[in-house]
Amino acid sequence: MSDTFRFTIDGVEVTGTPGQTILQAAEAAGIWIPRLCYLEGLVPGGACRVCTVKVQGRFQAACAFPAGPGLVVENDTEEIRELRKQVVEMLFVEGNHFCMFCEKSGNCELQALAYRLGIASPRYPYLFPVRQVDASHPDVFIDGNRCIQCGRCIRASRDVDGKGVFGFVERSRDTRVGVDARTGLGGTSLTLDDRAVTVCPVGAILKKRVGFAVPIGERLYDHRPIGTDLERRGA
Amino acid sequence: MPTDLAVFIQDRAREHGGDRTRLLDVVRAVQEAFGHVSSEAMDLVAQALSVRRVEVEGVVSYYAFLSREPKGQVVIRLSDCPSCRIHGMEAVGAAFEEALGIRFGGTTPDGRITLEHTPCIGLCDQGPAALVNEVPITRLTPGKAREVSRLLVAGRTPWDLAPKARDTADPVARVHALVDSNIRKEGLVVFAPMPPGQAVRKALAGTPEAVIEEVKASRLCGRGGAGFPAGLKWEFARKAPGDAKYVICNADEGEPGTFKDRVILTENPDLVFEGMTLAAYAIGAAEGIVYLRAEYEYLRAHLEAVLARRRTEGLLGRAVAGRAGFDFDIRIQVGAGAYICGEESALIESAEGKRGVPRNRPPFPVTVGYLDKPTSVNNVETFCCAARVVDTGASCFSCVGSIRSTGTKLLSVSGDVARPGIYEVQFGQSIREFLEMVGGEDAIAVQVGGPSGTCIGPAEFERHIAFEDLATGGSMMVFGPGRDMVQVAAWFMDFFVHESCGWCTPCRVGNVLIRERVQRILAGRGVPADVAYLETLCTTVKKMSRCGLGQTSPNPVVFGLKNFRPAWEAHLGPDDGLNPAFDMDAALADAVRIAGREPVHP
Repeated sequence: MSDTFRFTIDGVEVTGTPGQTILQAAEAAGIWIPRLCYLEGLVPGGACRVCTVKVQGRFQAACAFPAGPGLVVENDTEEIRELRKQVVEMLFVEGNHFCMFCEKSGNCELQALAYRLGIASPRYPYLFPVRQVDASHPDVFIDGNRCIQCGRCIRASRDVDGKGVFGFVERSRDTRVGVDARTGLGGTSLTLDDRAVTVCPVGAILKKRVGFAVPIGERLYDHRPIGTDLERRGA
Repeated sequence: MPTDLAVFIQDRAREHGGDRTRLLDVVRAVQEAFGHVSSEAMDLVAQALSVRRVEVEGVVSYYAFLSREPKGQVVIRLSDCPSCRIHGMEAVGAAFEEALGIRFGGTTPDGRITLEHTPCIGLCDQGPAALVNEVPITRLTPGKAREVSRLLVAGRTPWDLAPKARDTADPVARVHALVDSNIRKEGLVVFAPMPPGQAVRKALAGTPEAVIEEVKASRLCGRGGAGFPAGLKWEFARKAPGDAKYVICNADEGEPGTFKDRVILTENPDLVFEGMTLAAYAIGAAEGIVYLRAEYEYLRAHLEAVLARRRTEGLLGRAVAGRAGFDFDIRIQVGAGAYICGEESALIESAEGKRGVPRNRPPFPVTVGYLDKPTSVNNVETFCCAARVVDTGASCFSCVGSIRSTGTKLLSVSGDVARPGIYEVQFGQSIREFLEMVGGEDAIAVQVGGPSGTCIGPAEFERHIAFEDLATGGSMMVFGPGRDMVQVAAWFMDFFVHESCGWCTPCRVGNVLIRERVQRILAGRGVPADVAYLETLCTTVKKMSRCGLGQTSPNPVVFGLKNFRPAWEAHLGPDDGLNPAFDMDAALADAVRIAGREPVHP
């Protein structure tokens, strides 16, 4: 293709196409850039900042920043690894995450990312926020304690399901995912086959009654670190 | 109070043609009429404007001037800003609490009066100050606070607190009766006179491209603080494809310590509208918006009157200044209390009736802006400068200031100075000259550009006010001998925690963590290791945040640790192997309460 272009990630030359973000071009080249709020098929949020890279010396979110000819991108450097680690640690102390009895354990992207980035325990004090659980829906529940405000569910419901079941409410440290009904999730049009039900990277939106269908030990990240599938595929 | 909520909401929605982008206006009207936007009201607004309920709740819960819980018919908002604090704001607050019998955040038992803190309301040169509904009350003392409380409790309205303003029909005289403009030094750009229409007519005598070239030649940089070249911004907007384009005036002046836009809009709004009109001509816009911060609601009638006069003068509306084919008008969009809306893409979101959350950039507003059309967002003062450039020529404008910072700059001066107020100075003034000018020679610190800017001590007072050295959007807070710069930093972190939009992790969480450690140090429970902890944390928040708020919010701590290290170290406890962060009394509080007796060994 004549309109493709070349740029580098950590000195490795990769090919980009117009309209691609840095993260997408990296994936196409088999380079994994850690991320939480980004999910293929959804518009980028640029919210979690875990995918931050340096582009021409400036920090940018790889999920939202367009790839371009000749760009010099730094991804897996000591400086950026450390910054990402801190941002993930912030997410751990911001919410109430109890991996040892969370049914998402092993399938959780936040947990898997912490392992891959080498986080043993956060260096920050836990904030212990008071968060709500909404179990008013017959098939799905939301546990605000585990939410990381990534907004995947909001974008999936709005753009893929065409429903707009979720939306951010409040602001600053109180920002949380609200639902489109006075009476809670049960009052919304959410159904089990909605894309929004399956996009949560953590254990905040969960289907009822299937929690341990796959036993611990046989889950997605129990044997292979997050991101390695993509790296193997690309190499 | 209107009796029927549903009818009221339908009427407001109808006034705006059911336009979803006017959501903010509708919920503001509900808030004003009913004291809150109830759960039922949110459902009704959602129906009336064909938006989702969660979007309405998202907006109502986002802005500080909107609430889901009932508030009093009268809301007292006491400005909480270092310059008000150092002039006695805390004693004023205590007097309000005592006189009203409620605490901050509370409402009187009869449900009539609510007392709150609010971030800087731009009256720093005449503080402590408060807004009582939209009415500003300045130069508060504990005695005045008690008197205000007494009148309100007795059933008087907010306007009764300012009888001179209440009884004045003329809009600008009314503003003058409420607040002082305090112009201490007039320069040749912003406060010099210009007959309405003069710059517009000069612009219309040439091509739009010629206007852009003139502004580029003047090297005019944006006056909001970021300093982006104004001519270049207009050129981008002109060249961007789009069937409609917009000019937006950023009058969301929220940086603590800044009040120069309030004074410009009071004293010389014609020059602002002049600049907006020629910007519209330059980029090809037919519609302009002044985004006015909610705290400046009391300026609105005055601004509307000036806009109306300009329409009758033929300077707005169809065929501006007789130029067939150039139609342009301006509307005022009032915000609802969110500092982040001063960021241009957040401002656009807010003007579209959404949560004022910044967008991912690129694309920039000059290509994808208001309603996704090319949009130029410029500061109030920038429009004044642009009008002056077109009137007197680029060379006249750029002959003052420095090579990279041309023209004049308005400074909003507050704090420990003899002569607070507004100064129009030439770029290039040194801080020492500045301090002599304002009567602050004994300063220990100058906060240049507000908390998101730079804080320097005497060692750097030879530096200059200019984009290439000390950039400022206009906020200049001076701190005199005896001020605790750690306390000042803690106040500023409260502000940033309050004002983070919450979208991105480092700003939403990181600022809370910075504040926690600053407060710990301030309480005398910090250890030397906390300094390194803070330095790392601040760096992370600055590097990883999505927009300018998080990229600058750690600055009070960063500059504090750099320029006022001894003040910080004075608060630290010894590194004696014990953990001073551990508060024994707090840890035992619950046990003491349960046991019902005090510890034997205190």
